[in-house]
Amino acid sequence: MQSQRVKPAVVETTETFLGPKQTYDTVTGKIADIVLTPIRKTPWGWPIGFVLAALGLMLYLYSLAVLFTVGVGIWGINVPVAWGFDIINFVWWIGIGHAGTLISAILLLFRQDWRTSINRAAEAMTIFAVACAGIYPLIHTGRPWLDYWLLPYPGTLGMWPQFRSPLEWDVFAVSTYATVSILFWFVGLIPDIATLRDRAQNIWVKRAYGLASLGWRGSAKHWQRYEVATLILAGLSTPLVLSVHSIISFDFSVSQLPGWHVTVFPPYFVAGAVYCGFAMVILLLIPIRRWFGLHNLITMKHFDLMGKVMLASGLIVAYGYFCEIFFAWYSASLFEYQLILTRTIGPYAWSYWALIILNVAIPQLLWFKPVRYNLPLLFFISLCINVGMWFERWVIVVLSLHRDFLPSSWGFYTPTFWDWATYIGSFGLFFVLFFLFIRLLPMIAIFEVRDLVHKTHAEEAHAKIGASGRAGEA
Amino acid sequence: MLRRNTQKAPKAARVVQPTLYGLSAQFDDADAILAAAEKTRAAGYTQIDAYTPIPVHGLDEALGFRRTRLPWLILLGGLIGAAGIFGLATWVNVFEYPINIGGRPLFSWPAFIPITFEGMVLLAAFAAVFGMLGLNGLPMPYHPMFNTPNFERATNDLFFLTIEASDPQFEIGKTRQFLESLGAQQVSSVEN
Repeated sequence: MQSQRVKPAVVETTETFLGPKQTYDTVTGKIADIVLTPIRKTPWGWPIGFVLAALGLMLYLYSLAVLFTVGVGIWGINVPVAWGFDIINFVWWIGIGHAGTLISAILLLFRQDWRTSINRAAEAMTIFAVACAGIYPLIHTGRPWLDYWLLPYPGTLGMWPQFRSPLEWDVFAVSTYATVSILFWFVGLIPDIATLRDRAQNIWVKRAYGLASLGWRGSAKHWQRYEVATLILAGLSTPLVLSVHSIISFDFSVSQLPGWHVTVFPPYFVAGAVYCGFAMVILLLIPIRRWFGLHNLITMKHFDLMGKVMLASGLIVAYGYFCEIFFAWYSASLFEYQLILTRTIGPYAWSYWALIILNVAIPQLLWFKPVRYNLPLLFFISLCINVGMWFERWVIVVLSLHRDFLPSSWGFYTPTFWDWATYIGSFGLFFVLFFLFIRLLPMIAIFEVRDLVHKTHAEEAHAKIGASGRAGEA
Repeated sequence: MLRRNTQKAPKAARVVQPTLYGLSAQFDDADAILAAAEKTRAAGYTQIDAYTPIPVHGLDEALGFRRTRLPWLILLGGLIGAAGIFGLATWVNVFEYPINIGGRPLFSWPAFIPITFEGMVLLAAFAAVFGMLGLNGLPMPYHPMFNTPNFERATNDLFFLTIEASDPQFEIGKTRQFLESLGAQQVSSVEN
């Protein structure tokens, strides 16, 4: 595979989810060898990306160290805008995570074969994004060493959490989501780690994967329970992912603040999460597919369908923006009305219009098939959506807080260097984890792709029999 | 020298001839092993299992496996999770640590529903994953099947059907002949 040869021009597969002439052995080899290739022979993108990510992680650790020693005063937050980058980025990161669960769980329930090649990487993205997200509420408390107070436990303080508060629901929702995502991901990995164990040449690598595979041997009895467990986990994860972002939206909508107290928030938040999560999957998969030559496993058809999902969820989000304006008018509340004016022509109007352009206008290009089949353009649109969804959370958090009921309590919010350093640094954490993942674990679910090969061959055989049968009749 | 020998002696004596775990037939196709499994079951063998790189649809029925009770375990986990969290929230907010907020009722159960749901999902997921692993007897780093020739390809492109020596009908010559008659690529004996 590493021999010196002229790189053949890549023939893009546009109509199926697998390239031509794929067998069990070719797909197993292709995916497993990415992990088992010696580090020196890995594509150039990996070391460069890993070093950049590690620099980001160092920035993150440094900003957290400063935060813990100095306090949240290093951020730009103050009354009235007491929630700034911490909550914006928390909601943004966890939203990104949701596409992974959607791909792995909801599309599994709907028996969508196209999830097979992308679900593993998307699930990994979910876990790492939830890690990045979960850190924000923990550090924004000001005294993160007392975060265990959030948990219900019988202690000498004699205090208990307030279970009626959406902020407490958040603790349960996010920790359950992280735990269930990790479990689901690990269960999916078990047969693939067994494949790595069986292909590894180095005895220590073999032992490490052997331990992690728990001794999986592919017994039919095991597969039977495995499939039941996977299906039920998917069934549990589907409402879970909807509940998590709904609960996060309750953080806002249960309050009385203009722009937050809206019933449309839960579905609109979930759709927005799926929207930017799919954009992130595309942003990650386009370079990975190129670096590791995965054209036969992640085909143009995948990108086409992901583009369609983005378009659909983007339209729901756009409908949410419309609803907010409609509600403001229909509520006949002066404060709601004033909020819409603040958003559209106020001091932060640039961020609202950036949101509309990036999130509503530009993604309309996805209506056109040539756009969905054009990877550079798709990459650009996905980037726009991710930035646009960040602006959405900015608009929700900052614009509602900076002008509420009394003009005497109006104020402004400007992020400081440390706000930006913590945000950019969190990308470091995300990408360090992601780069480690693509080197250490199979980034495509090998056994599921083998299953897809099996199904594809069976379909081809049926088509052949059908064709010859008809020929015989004629 | 002599001392070392005496130390080694009991170890050497413990090496016994490996016993037979079963006979394993190798196939390279999911449909072939499905057909073979059906015939094996029809021939009256009961202590049988298949080892496949993909979950083969219908193989569990062909081998005569009963449906798994895992779903009941998961239901139980979910019920315990839901009842546990709802009970905790009720006990804390009504009895242990009641806070009067503007005279609103202490037992405000609708506010407990979101965490009740999360608790249900969490414990159901634990039951699904650890129940699956537990019923499967995993983790199990060693298993006799790993001694089968080519078994490292059971996680890639080969399918194995094994009749275990504990089967009442097992007779090494006859069983081997039977497995060969199923169109296996190769039949090998598997030692414990």
